[in-house]
Amino acid sequence: MYKLSNRLRLFSIILMVVGLVGLVLGFAQRPSSIEEVKEMMASHDSHGGGHGETATQDHGEGHGEDAHGGDAHYEHVLHQLQNKPWAALYVAAFFFFMIALGVLAFYAIQFAAQAGWSPVLFRVMEAITAYLVPGGIILFVILALSGFHVNHLFVWADPEVVAHDKLIQGKSGWLNGTGFIIRAAIFLGGWLLYRHFAVKFSRKQDEDSEGNRWYKKSFKISAGFLVFFIYTESMMSWDWIMSFDPHWFSTLFGWYVFASLFVSGITTIALMTIYLKSKGYLEFVNDSHIHDLAKFMFGISIFWTYLWFSQFMLIWYSNIPEEVTYFITRIEDYKLPFFGMLVMNFIFPLLVLMNSDFKRVNWFVVMAGIVILCGHYIDVFNMVMPATVGESWFIGISEISAVLLFLGLFLFVVFRALTKAPLLAKGNPYLEESKHFHY
Amino acid sequence: MASKVIHALYNDDDVLMDAVKKVRAEHYHIEEVFCPFPVHGLDKAMGLPHTRLAITAFMYGCVGLTVAITMMNYIMIEDWPQNIGGKPSFSYIENMPAFVPIMFELTVFFAAHLMVITFYMRSRLWPFKEAENPDVRTTDDHFLMEVDAGHHDVNALTSLLSDTGAVEVKVIEKEEDNH
Repeated sequence: MYKLSNRLRLFSIILMVVGLVGLVLGFAQRPSSIEEVKEMMASHDSHGGGHGETATQDHGEGHGEDAHGGDAHYEHVLHQLQNKPWAALYVAAFFFFMIALGVLAFYAIQFAAQAGWSPVLFRVMEAITAYLVPGGIILFVILALSGFHVNHLFVWADPEVVAHDKLIQGKSGWLNGTGFIIRAAIFLGGWLLYRHFAVKFSRKQDEDSEGNRWYKKSFKISAGFLVFFIYTESMMSWDWIMSFDPHWFSTLFGWYVFASLFVSGITTIALMTIYLKSKGYLEFVNDSHIHDLAKFMFGISIFWTYLWFSQFMLIWYSNIPEEVTYFITRIEDYKLPFFGMLVMNFIFPLLVLMNSDFKRVNWFVVMAGIVILCGHYIDVFNMVMPATVGESWFIGISEISAVLLFLGLFLFVVFRALTKAPLLAKGNPYLEESKHFHY
Repeated sequence: MASKVIHALYNDDDVLMDAVKKVRAEHYHIEEVFCPFPVHGLDKAMGLPHTRLAITAFMYGCVGLTVAITMMNYIMIEDWPQNIGGKPSFSYIENMPAFVPIMFELTVFFAAHLMVITFYMRSRLWPFKEAENPDVRTTDDHFLMEVDAGHHDVNALTSLLSDTGAVEVKVIEKEEDNH
């Protein structure tokens, strides 16, 4: 049995408190009127010099005064700045939720594929998916608030915008608050249901492995879940991510988000496993298990890149105006995060994890894992931010605090869930094979 | 110079593995082992060094990538930068997404083919090459271990090999060393 150390508990609580305080600070710092925006920008100007903001502001002022006349530009910036802590909260909430969801999908695949190497890691995966419950509830609340326009995250939720927007009107059969919430409830409900029963059956199999009754049930629900998952995951990505840009659409977006969440999930399993093993809790896990996880990290990172590039290149190549704006805003305003994440999510893991021997060196895997996780945070950041805060982005107090808050919650929930069951899923029929797994 | 080798035949890969370990423990030199199929862990038991084929493949891939980049940079950007359907051909980076499929394919092409050719050359395989197996049964269901008997007591070695479960032990005089 795993025992949650006091230091870890304290650490996660400190993270949550610091994150919460920072986030409240972020919300408090939002400008509430156009005058405040003007003041902020003026003070930035007088501090002056070399700051990226000055350039945007100069450009903005000229543009605003010429084209819209007067305060239209400031109002635009005001909306962006008011969105900023909300968007930061949303990105972090979604990022940690998608890690747990990726692990859940990986777990189901291990069952459905009857993998012989992974049963020793099942309890680690089950613990990570425990985050789905609190994470899903928080995400649901944020989605509900946004869907009914308490904040301005989703433009399509703003009746005033919709009234003047033919394109969104055409999509309002799908993109409306009520449908949005009902769909979110169905997705989350289905995933949580599978998670609940998968864990339950796995525990039952421990107590009563006669005839593998519970194992067979796990197998069946995993196969069923995977079918449900691939549909709902795709729709979830339209609803929760793509609808930030309701004028834009991409057909492989669901797969793209899936690759992102899958690789983050696998990386988290690897990091957790290495941590727990270093603490002496997983003596039955050997180098070969780490090697396999690292291979998955490597392979799915490349799969992610393949999808990223397929989406980017098709749109770049045909250059159709209504599609290409998506990438133009990102390349103009988010150059560093947009291309930086490509380095972090592709080139770095490609070179670091290519060598077979390196995949067995724990600190190599940990280093690659941390870079991959940061890269996929930036990936989500790139998907959400341009539509919500536009060129007013920066990674400041609200963004970092939101990450700390959810990181603390994630660590707390996951490590507490680890204490609930023995770390070895005793009754699994593939357990012996997995213990002696050797590559 | 005539040299003496001993051929020990086995009909089970587990027995073979044990025999290899035993012979190595007695510090005899195993010249070669002939198997009808890959036996897992045999290379480790024989103490063979790791293959470096993967490293060559990586380098060949780098060559392929370089070839693709220089070729397309010369053709599309430097030599005749036409406007083809409005694609920017002012610099390589501007038009790079269009080149990526070729960069990828040539990397894979070079890595795969040159590695295979390297493998053929290193393991001396080519058409019309004379087959080297000392006993035809080794391609079907027998395993053969060839042990150098040059400076050892042949009788002691023969009895050791018989003890390891060999179904047949033969002393062979080799007229010419083909190494």
